[in-house]
Amino acid sequence: MIEIVNLCKAFEDHVVLDNVNLTLRDGETIVVIGRSGTGKSVLLKHIIGIMKPDSGQVVIDGQDITRLDEKELNALRLKFGMLFQGAALFDSLNVRDNVAFNLIEHTKTDDAAINKRVAECLEMVGLHGIEELRISELSGGMKKRVGLARAICMNPNIILYDEPTTGVDPIGADAINELIKELHGKLKTLAVVVTHDMVSAYKVADRIAMLYKGKIVEVGTPEEIKNTKNPVVHQFINGAATGPITED
Amino acid sequence: MDGWVSRLGKRFIAFVNYTGGVSVLFAKSIFWIFVSPPKRKQILDQMVKVGIDGLPIVFLTSMFTGIVISLQTAYQMQKISATLYIASIVALSITRELGPVLTALVIAGRTGASITAELGTMKVTEQIDALETLATNPIKYLVTPRFIALFFMLPLLTVYADIIGIFGGYMIGVFKLHIGANLYMTTTWDALKLKDIMTGLIKSFAFAMIICTIACYEGMRVEGGAEGVGGATTKAVVTSFILIIAADCLFTALFYFGFSF
Repeated sequence: MIEIVNLCKAFEDHVVLDNVNLTLRDGETIVVIGRSGTGKSVLLKHIIGIMKPDSGQVVIDGQDITRLDEKELNALRLKFGMLFQGAALFDSLNVRDNVAFNLIEHTKTDDAAINKRVAECLEMVGLHGIEELRISELSGGMKKRVGLARAICMNPNIILYDEPTTGVDPIGADAINELIKELHGKLKTLAVVVTHDMVSAYKVADRIAMLYKGKIVEVGTPEEIKNTKNPVVHQFINGAATGPITED
Repeated sequence: MDGWVSRLGKRFIAFVNYTGGVSVLFAKSIFWIFVSPPKRKQILDQMVKVGIDGLPIVFLTSMFTGIVISLQTAYQMQKISATLYIASIVALSITRELGPVLTALVIAGRTGASITAELGTMKVTEQIDALETLATNPIKYLVTPRFIALFFMLPLLTVYADIIGIFGGYMIGVFKLHIGANLYMTTTWDALKLKDIMTGLIKSFAFAMIICTIACYEGMRVEGGAEGVGGATTKAVVTSFILIIAADCLFTALFYFGFSF
């Protein structure tokens, strides 16, 4: 379980997270929605500890990760998988070495076992036989899948998805949504998905939380969110240009 | 008046931040080299990029420098019928000064720029964040192999530059000025002492640390996409150039006044 307690973060004068409180339960898929630039990715980076908050806590299984030193944090991070918006694959490495990065760097697994695990992970995301390809040879959709294969390689307890469907065509986006659901079914992980794609949110979410002006303004099941009375959430999920959400 | 003072204050704070940031990166690089050294393959890959791939450009620069010093010296020496001294002048200027400095400048422009652009691109495409999420310290994984590679390859390239530069001077001396080949080489060896090579090498170790630390620091703090990468690359090269020249001046003064090197 992850508990985010009174989390605050500002970049100079710009407040991005303003007393965010949210509880993420084991085994659920929670989708955080909100406009571009509202701090959704910043929230994810706080959950995995690559950003330090100005104040507040991120408590994972009873441990406040904002107080951990680098060694403790790295041990904890091995329980995480994260898919970045642009996949963030290492272009100096081939697909195999990207997927097996953690196995190569943090374990003494032999080459044969690494190859087997890489093939399994690629199979889980619907790819095979691309181990030796360079990252520059992959399409956008394939990069996301390889990024996902890298994220699940160490059997993580928590998977974070940063805009998983952004930059992918609608069919590719639906395939990624299906993949997230399928992986969730198989791995039973806690998944946190950050997106502004409502089709994706409704498809994968057990619960949806909306971030607006640095605060979580509503949390509920997809049905509850669809029937919300909150004008901000209503405007956002319907994609209306007019309403309480303004350009600033 | 207030605006002027405020601008000066901001610049001073930025300078202190920059110096502090570079120093911290340098200290962390040294820490990781000893605490958890990078894998041999990573170091060898970087050594090839820095050293082997840099051989052609260092060859051309040193060869032309040797030729130019030889010709410029000949212009003066012919007037006093002392063309033989070209051999010693070329050898000393190349080994003590031009070999290490020009090699460092060339490598700062070539390898330093490439390091900043590579790390900068990794930063803006979130690859450095990805490293952290994969429980890997970016300084340990990205900076230390480059640091070790440059630290050993720049002095080796400097020795190579010394040899090629002297060979450039030899070609002019022997084929254009008709100094006997044996006489040219004997004069060169007589003029050169181990301390001349050593002063150049000590400088090149320092230059290697400057190039790597500045290039990595600029690369790892890039913001704002392609424009940011371009700006950081330019800044890394310019800063390295200035620091190399300044460090050269400092070392030359130290060797001249301080030590009997």
